[in-house]
Amino acid sequence: MTHLPFIAASYVLAALLFGGFGLGAWRRVAVARRRLAAIDPRRDRGER
Amino acid sequence: MSARPIGAGERAAVPPAGASLHRFANPGRFLRISEAVLPWLVVPAILLTVSGLSWGLFFAPADWQQGDAVRIMYVHVPSAWLASSGYFGLALCSLLSLVWRHPLADLAAVEIGPVGAGFTALCLATGSLWGKPMWGAWWVWDARLTSVLVLLFLYLGHIVLVRAFDDPVRGYRAGAILALVGVINLPIIKFSVDWWNTLHQPASITVLGAPSMAPAMLWPLLVSALGFTFAFAAIVVARLRAAVMERRIRGLLMARAVSR
Repeated sequence: MTHLPFIAASYVLAALLFGGFGLGAWRRVAVARRRLAAIDPRRDRGER
Repeated sequence: MSARPIGAGERAAVPPAGASLHRFANPGRFLRISEAVLPWLVVPAILLTVSGLSWGLFFAPADWQQGDAVRIMYVHVPSAWLASSGYFGLALCSLLSLVWRHPLADLAAVEIGPVGAGFTALCLATGSLWGKPMWGAWWVWDARLTSVLVLLFLYLGHIVLVRAFDDPVRGYRAGAILALVGVINLPIIKFSVDWWNTLHQPASITVLGAPSMAPAMLWPLLVSALGFTFAFAAIVVARLRAAVMERRIRGLLMARAVSR
């Protein structure tokens, strides 16, 4: 495969972007849900 | 806006023209709907992106002129489309925020910003990685490249501006105005390759005309683009869910502090 380092770098960057944003969003939701469950008097876990 | 208890007084502030929009503005309803929708975004995002990129990387033919470097297209082009359409979404949310004071539009604009900036940065980086072997340069001050760089600066400016004020509402307003002014850059990006002599090639796929690309390359590109679109939507919806919950947490903590 010609130009392999350039191609590999492109796909690695895409994987890092998706992984970073995906994991970041998932972690943020999990933390917010946990904190909300702890303090919300309605104990609705953010779903109402 | 953040100090107001969630849902309080929202009905009274709804202008008739935006009433239908505000049906979906209740944060509790948004959390319920988005929880149901999110798996339907995440699963297609993973399946389509992985299959589109694998198809492009391993099974699509090499270009007769560019060789295998054309495989960068399956990352570069979808990220470029999402960079522009993400900014359009940001501007739309800004319009909803400024005109109808939609309570979720501000948060949506704030959450789209970093994701759009990420996709724009990916577009520029992969463009450089494609440009070096094909043009012999990592970067040229070509109209297309420069206008996409301006798009990245608009995203970054929006990210900074919405966080620059003590009063978040003022930040949202300033960010919304910047986002709407920046919309002028979208047609410049789109038509830059037609209006000026650019090193960047013209569009291979247009809305009206037939694509000037072999189907063996076109299909993996479309699958990849669809996967990127689902991924962008899934990330934004997940971030927006977190933002809504964080706002409710701030409201509850503030109410608790006031009652003491």
